Amino acid sequence: MNALLATVRRDILLALRRKSEVLTAVFFFVIVTSLFPLGIGPEPALLKKIAPGILWVAALLATLLGLPRLFAADHVDGTLEQMALSPSPLGLLVAGKILAHWLLCGLPLVLLAPVLGLQFDLDASALGILTLALLLGTPLLSLIGAIGAALTLGVRGGGVLLALLVLPLYIPALIFGAGAVEAHIAGLDIGGHLSLLAAMLVLAAFFAPWATTAALRVALE
Amino acid sequence: MRQSIIHWFKFASPQGFYPLAGRMIPWFWAAAAIFGISGLWISFFVAPTDAQQGEGYRIIFIHVPASWMSMFIYLVMAFWAALGLALNTRVSGMMAQALAPTGALMAALSLWTGAFWGKPMWGAWWVWDARLTSELILFFLYLGFMALQAAIDDPRRADKAGAILALVGVVNIPIIYFSVKWWNTLHQGSTINLNKAPSMAQTMLWGMLLMALAFWMYSIAVALTRVRAIILERERHTEWVKHALE
Repeated sequence: MNALLATVRRDILLALRRKSEVLTAVFFFVIVTSLFPLGIGPEPALLKKIAPGILWVAALLATLLGLPRLFAADHVDGTLEQMALSPSPLGLLVAGKILAHWLLCGLPLVLLAPVLGLQFDLDASALGILTLALLLGTPLLSLIGAIGAALTLGVRGGGVLLALLVLPLYIPALIFGAGAVEAHIAGLDIGGHLSLLAAMLVLAAFFAPWATTAALRVALE
Repeated sequence: MRQSIIHWFKFASPQGFYPLAGRMIPWFWAAAAIFGISGLWISFFVAPTDAQQGEGYRIIFIHVPASWMSMFIYLVMAFWAALGLALNTRVSGMMAQALAPTGALMAALSLWTGAFWGKPMWGAWWVWDARLTSELILFFLYLGFMALQAAIDDPRRADKAGAILALVGVVNIPIIYFSVKWWNTLHQGSTINLNKAPSMAQTMLWGMLLMALAFWMYSIAVALTRVRAIILERERHTEWVKHALE
């Protein structure tokens, strides 16, 4: 457990030394969500209807933007090999790296989403549901994305390839995450959506670090 | 132990599998041709015209087998991938690599014929129905698998990375399918319901089954032909390949 926390602390410290990389993804999220009203038109009823989908798709893409950095720097300077050789299990260290990635790339999106939701005329309870859904969904995005990041480590055209691999796997999170907010706006029960999102998160939290570790070992051979 | 027992593990090596695949290919091509010709004959000349859909329904004789194969090939691919990861056999990875293009072809064919069928029946090339959407996502998964394999130069690493991706994909396929299904029922956007299939005439069913068998045999034949090419390419530095090509 100490190894996990040490990895989280190290990754956050490294990221905070180079703030611009983290902030780029966050500003990307803000800019993309602000582009949609400009492209579609300022009609409040329409914007309110498409807001959950837009915020979720933008969160998906912003998470994707931060994924190539997850292992790349450590792979280049050899840290990753040292991690594989260390006495602590690699899976635990990988879980720490994924957690750090979520704290740096996912959590800011969750905190920003209510503010951006105001641009789309969502009311307070819808904003709350949106934040809750993103809180459950963004760790899922980091976990699934880590598998793709490990598979494309050091591969030609890794960034574009990563999007191709990971985006289809993000679809269930998108459906239930955006669906929860839409169902709330439509006056339906949202328990099912959030439960399924949480179930997928638990499943991914168990399997994704393991699959990521396997993919990293392939990349390190 | 009697000597007549086949040593199956012999075929786990490229050298052992190459001639076996070569001997099997003509049989599968012949079976594909027989099933295909009889299936097409039934579907075009024997099967009656549908009362509601007219002659246009006949595209399902291609569409349904293609959809079945696209799903089944992904499972077979994941099976070979798992076998390759577990037993570290080289032919398994090559089989997975050889199956992917055929699977993607079947998924594309299924989407394409589906659009041709949808235009006269529904009046739209595409609707966001659960089955159509999940078939499209399956097509994306095939493309991702092939792109990943193509991007990695070292074949052993490409096999293993592809195998992990195929297994992640096969775990996700049911999740994706049900999420798309529930998403579709929540929205109720389209009024088309594919689930109420009309009871099918016996001859139509026979035509479809024969076509499915033909597609199956074709897929095996093509995959084996492709795996032979992959074996030759990867083992080109060995002595036996030089002799095999003489």
